[in-house]
Amino acid sequence: MTTRKSRRRAVTARKAPAVAGAHLLSDSEMRRIAERVFKMSDADETEVHIDVTSDALTRFANNAIHQNVAEQTLTISVRTVLDGRTARATTNQTGEESLQRVIAASCALARSRPKNPRVLPMPGPQQYSRVQRFFDATAAATPADRARAVREVCALAERNSQTAAGIFSTGAMQTMLANSRGLFCSYTQTRAEFSVTILEKDSSGWAKANSPNVSALKPAELAARASQKASGSRNPRELPPGRYTVILEPPAVLDLVGFLFYDFAGTSVHDQRSCLTKRMGRQVMAQNISLWDDVYHPLQLGAPFDGEGMPRQKVQLVNRGVPENLVYSRVTAKQMKKKPTGHGFALPNEWGEAPMNLVFAGGNSSVEEMIASTDRGILVTRLWYIREVDPYEKVLTGMTRDGTFLIENGRVAGGIRNFRFNQGLLEMLSNVELLGPAVRATGEEAFEMVVPAMKVRNFHFSEVTKF
Amino acid sequence: MWDLANWALDTARARGASFADARAMDIRQRDLSTKNGEVGTLAENESIGIGIRVIASGAWGFASTDRLTREGVQACAAQAVAIAKASALAKRHNVVMAPEQAHVDTWQSPFIKDPFQIPLERQLDLLLAADQEMRRVAGVTLAETSMQFRRIEYWFASSIGSRIHQVKMQSGGGITATSFQGDEIQKRSYPNSFGGQHTLQGYELIESLDFLRHAPRVAEEAVALHQAAQCPEGTGTILLESGQLGLQIHESVGHPIELDRVLGQEANFAGMSFLTLEKLNTLRYGSEIVNVVADARLEHGPGLGTFGYDDEGVPAQCTDIIKNGLFTGYLSNRETAAAIGLSRSSGTMRTESWNRLPIIRMTNVSLLPGAWKFDDLLADTGDAILMETNRSWSIDDRRYHFQFSTEIGWEIKGGKKTRMLKNPSYSGITTEFWNSCDAICSREHWTLWGTPNCGKGQPMQTMGTGHGAAPARFRNIKIGAAFSKV
Repeated sequence: MTTRKSRRRAVTARKAPAVAGAHLLSDSEMRRIAERVFKMSDADETEVHIDVTSDALTRFANNAIHQNVAEQTLTISVRTVLDGRTARATTNQTGEESLQRVIAASCALARSRPKNPRVLPMPGPQQYSRVQRFFDATAAATPADRARAVREVCALAERNSQTAAGIFSTGAMQTMLANSRGLFCSYTQTRAEFSVTILEKDSSGWAKANSPNVSALKPAELAARASQKASGSRNPRELPPGRYTVILEPPAVLDLVGFLFYDFAGTSVHDQRSCLTKRMGRQVMAQNISLWDDVYHPLQLGAPFDGEGMPRQKVQLVNRGVPENLVYSRVTAKQMKKKPTGHGFALPNEWGEAPMNLVFAGGNSSVEEMIASTDRGILVTRLWYIREVDPYEKVLTGMTRDGTFLIENGRVAGGIRNFRFNQGLLEMLSNVELLGPAVRATGEEAFEMVVPAMKVRNFHFSEVTKF
Repeated sequence: MWDLANWALDTARARGASFADARAMDIRQRDLSTKNGEVGTLAENESIGIGIRVIASGAWGFASTDRLTREGVQACAAQAVAIAKASALAKRHNVVMAPEQAHVDTWQSPFIKDPFQIPLERQLDLLLAADQEMRRVAGVTLAETSMQFRRIEYWFASSIGSRIHQVKMQSGGGITATSFQGDEIQKRSYPNSFGGQHTLQGYELIESLDFLRHAPRVAEEAVALHQAAQCPEGTGTILLESGQLGLQIHESVGHPIELDRVLGQEANFAGMSFLTLEKLNTLRYGSEIVNVVADARLEHGPGLGTFGYDDEGVPAQCTDIIKNGLFTGYLSNRETAAAIGLSRSSGTMRTESWNRLPIIRMTNVSLLPGAWKFDDLLADTGDAILMETNRSWSIDDRRYHFQFSTEIGWEIKGGKKTRMLKNPSYSGITTEFWNSCDAICSREHWTLWGTPNCGKGQPMQTMGTGHGAAPARFRNIKIGAAFSKV
């Protein structure tokens, strides 16, 4: 029997070493694991989900590396169906005994639950569009590569009498899904991320980028941008809370609109917890807002199939301010008399599905043009600790952070103390005056999306903090 | 497992590490949930692996693997050393750690009923029955229940000679009723929001929560909130029940006292802290009656921050954080303790799993009880708003300015609990808030709450923390800003 150790050795010989000595599996190796599980399982139907992660992250603060980590993980998750009952068990061990144990656990869990007439037969083989998101340069990145980039960024900060903190991560992931009806799909991608905060005595700046291709990241440029924001926001003045015109850079937009993603789930509307309940087909945002879920967009990442192996479809969610479509898993689609869109989560779950690859329509205005067009307003680099205050009006609260500026007479007039906001998201998306080009944005509150910068009127800052 | 740890330490030493520790962990988890009468999540997970931390060339490296063979562990240890040597390319000084003795010990969290031995059917029957009880109330549009159980076994070994074996059993569960009417979604949860109560106990926790008794009340309140008056805006007195106060402690005391934040190590993500070093033993954090400890010892209670030893082999301790209102202590590890001249770590290094580096985390950060009986406090209060069960929470990245809203409020008039209020919220500045505390209820009203979802670190780690609290009163608090229509 093939052992995991020998599988990995074979992969190493087959292609260039992956991330920092880590190793990925071939399709045939993953398929063999799945077939071993199918042979051992006496369930009516069996699904196998394999995830391989190989990640490394270099973390720096106070102009030096202080944490530096790497991980290699593999999980095998088995879902069984017995007489209309289904459950899942997961292990990270590939030995015969572990696989038998995880199958037995999955079956025991399934038998324990009441029969559910909504459990569907597993889908058969599907056709998938190919996406190419694996970059050798990312897979081959070493701790020394990351350390040298960090050293350069720390040197920049020191030259400017500033302090740098951040991360530089590189990695690869694989996911494979197969079931006993013959469905098989797999996906491999690399990922790289650089994030930097530059600190001064009473100010800070931040920049971050994320790409499957490490060569597309420019740590020194990001650090220079963060450095300028820190120096430009020195001696922050305090402004009174109130309603302001704001210019939200793409990460700030991302971390706000990211809170909408689950509202577009069919299950969320069916459960009446979506802000779109009773609002589908109505003009609830400005006409300049259009939104898709599109895993195939060139700036998006992710597998072209969902948690059951159904092909993901491109879905237009909002057309000129009107929510038109939701996404559906197979079960939800049947319940709501719709067609599945390939957005289901791994079963069993109570959440159904969600669009995970949001793409907003952009515009033509640069941030500089937005600033130039603003008599008095606030430029926001980044938002922080965003939480939902009112789920139906979609009121969110949170703070500005790491570069908040007053705009006067079309120019940046200096840094200001950070604000707390309490802002309805649908209201905000009804007040968008200008849009920038849509870019791949990365923040901390939402997963990456393709969003534009936005100029928004009447944004509600409710309080101000002490820095 | 000890063989794995020994192979890791031997390899690290042979490759040039001046210090190494290894954590092998075996984690078992069971998750169950229901929604509107149907079973939702039904899953078990096992994860076994080893994480190896080293100092080489004066810098840190960490690597982890689930390849639990001699070859796999040795390769992982070698990788950790190589990473440490890369870290040295961008170091400012060599890592220095506060001294710690070697410990050889075994510790197990006590429990009465192993939740993994309780039949699944019994666990699901309880959740489905609570789900049904909530849906009996007209107007409930969504009934949800959940349970989660976790058993974690650790084998810790370090190059200073420690060998520590620990086993922890965690249990948690809760129920929630949601009601959508008109243009409003209202929700009530028991015993707390976001998954309920979580402790270092067995299934006896679930039995003690008595979901079936509370389900009808939770459902009725969720529906009744639609007809309740809006919580007024203004400045006034608030009473916080212990669950909400637990989260207030977590956000406005627990995080700012983390010494890695204070020293800038979390500046890029979790943020920093207003508790700069000169404030230790000088800052009036709260009023005279405010006493907060960080206590990981079992005698504090079965909290999610209770253990025998932390994840760098330092014994559980109790640290005074706020004593009679004065700020007196940080959460530290061996490295940050040395950095500010402390003689010893306060023992707060914790890791989510074998594949994560231990970092400074809250243990049980608790507000010690006062002397008030709750009914006496109500009677003494005059006019106020009582707020229960967290609904949203947010605080800035230095932990000054916060805003919380709760699921339900009650108007207190003339010392009596009167009408229900919907959408209550309050906000403020941390030290002003704690200095406005003028009454804390007694031990009989004190609960050690579990917060199972505290995120920190890069890569992100989710950790369980404990927060003991009794209801307390705060004066001159800003109320209602979250729902202001200005």
